[in-house]
Amino acid sequence: MNMKTLSITTAEHTPTCAQLDSRSKELRRTIIRMFEASRRGHIGSAFSVMEILRVLYDDIMQYNPHNPRQINRDRCILSKGHGCLALYTILADKGFFPESELWKFCQAEGILGGHPEYGKTPGVEASTGSLGHGLPIGIGFALNGKYERLNYRTFVIIGDGESDEGSNWEAAMCAAKHKLSSLTVLVDYNKYQSYDSTYAVMDLEPFVDKWRAFGFSVAEVNGHDVTALRESLGRVPFHNEKPNAIICHTIKGKGVECIENDLSWHHKSKVSDEEIAALLNGLEAC
Amino acid sequence: MRKTCLDMVYNLAKTDERIFFIGSDLGFETLKVFRQEIPNRFFMEGVSEANIIGMAAGLALEGKIPYVNTIATFITRRCFEQIVLDLCLHNVKVRLIGNGGGLVYAPLGPTHLAIEDIAIMRACPHMTILAPADADEMRRLMPKTVEHDGPIYIRLGKGFDPIVTTDDIPFEIGKAIPMRFGDDALIVSTGICLRVALSAAEQLATNGVGTAVLHVPTIKPLDTEALMESITSVRAVVTIEEHSTIGGLGSAVAELIAEAGYDPAKRFRRIGLPDVFPDQYGSQDSLMRRYDIYPEALVSTVLQLLDSPNQNRR
Repeated sequence: MNMKTLSITTAEHTPTCAQLDSRSKELRRTIIRMFEASRRGHIGSAFSVMEILRVLYDDIMQYNPHNPRQINRDRCILSKGHGCLALYTILADKGFFPESELWKFCQAEGILGGHPEYGKTPGVEASTGSLGHGLPIGIGFALNGKYERLNYRTFVIIGDGESDEGSNWEAAMCAAKHKLSSLTVLVDYNKYQSYDSTYAVMDLEPFVDKWRAFGFSVAEVNGHDVTALRESLGRVPFHNEKPNAIICHTIKGKGVECIENDLSWHHKSKVSDEEIAALLNGLEAC
Repeated sequence: MRKTCLDMVYNLAKTDERIFFIGSDLGFETLKVFRQEIPNRFFMEGVSEANIIGMAAGLALEGKIPYVNTIATFITRRCFEQIVLDLCLHNVKVRLIGNGGGLVYAPLGPTHLAIEDIAIMRACPHMTILAPADADEMRRLMPKTVEHDGPIYIRLGKGFDPIVTTDDIPFEIGKAIPMRFGDDALIVSTGICLRVALSAAEQLATNGVGTAVLHVPTIKPLDTEALMESITSVRAVVTIEEHSTIGGLGSAVAELIAEAGYDPAKRFRRIGLPDVFPDQYGSQDSLMRRYDIYPEALVSTVLQLLDSPNQNRR
């Protein structure tokens, strides 16, 4: 069998615990504090996608947090909206809204819901939460940029479980047809969805080949290796007439060993003080 | 009506660069002139309703006004969640043009019959629902859709529908149009059922029953003021629509009447499709007759409600 077409995760892209630096740990500490305030959320998904968001906002995207609708800004849609703890953390870090809002996550008077909401949270480009919506909306953004001859870029982060949704593949064909090289899909491929592993629930492999077959230029990267993410994102567009897909190999719950790849942590509510303490201790031990 | 609607999209797009057209694998050469003259604002996408609604939402979030067109069933049912979340939650100016609202595609069978489109669109916050009666009204309606806030669903009839509207009253989104006045009964109609309503009212007049007709081309937001004004002065109210009696115009009017608490109570009936999938093919007209959506059945319903013309006069 041709191993290339199998497109399995290679050792080169396999995430390991050792790669978290102090900034990644600090961002996770913030997530845990939000989690402590609300006692609920998709913390495993947030830890999984944290470095992808960090690199986008630290190193890749052009934006002005004091003018979030600036016309030529780069756009980012967190289509896997349940990872919003990570998005809110980075948006507050960049000054889109005061840090104090973080501690009102999911609360009635807050602006940060359990899924991102357009118009409510500065910096959120589209309301997501139901899966499979971000990429079609991102296509609209990218088509507008092409029509207006603006050079902004559109980044859409989707989950691996989310990749089961057919709307993504409708959108993928559309993006390729329109040669949207300004559009980049980042897949947070942690290999786990809600019920079980993606292999057990709905196997996505050969995943890279799928995106390639749908007309994308594709790269694979360790989604927790900020250097590798910078390098990969720095190279987009990979091809002048193709949309880009970056398959980010990640670990659900990355950074706290006791929750890594533990599906009971996919979504948690009524989190206890002991569990919060375990998360903080686990992060320090990493 | 369909041709007028699409021609209007082209005409509006010629002078307004915010207007885009998105079709979902439409018929050969649909809007050919738009495609030739304004190709960078004309998208003919695949059979992929979920994607095109999201794509339209993305364009609208960037300030564009996409008009999206395909068959009414597909543009409402197939991508319902995209309509709710991408369009309504974001409250964006996307216009959905649904071909063949109601029973137009009768010969093609139940997969193509849009009999609950109004009901499901009504349930979506921010959505406006328009169902004009004929091509002339469509011509007056379309320019109003450009500046109107939020998403709009435009329900198209079959085409070549008889012209029954006039330009006596300027078209305004959200305004019902009194077509005829009468003191005994009121028929409330939407879309092409206006012609059925007018015909029935004429027949009732010859029987001595004064019947008002209120045309409701905007089903949402409902012109409750005009409805209340018309309802208050009559004893009996009948709604007629080419749609399920569940959730459409009839339901909207029933809710209004029930909550108004009239004393004495209004006599009220909804005419429309019962809670079934139509079990025959044939034509739009034949299915409308099968489900009593025709003038003589409407006359009979009004007379039954009033008991009899003579009793009414006492």
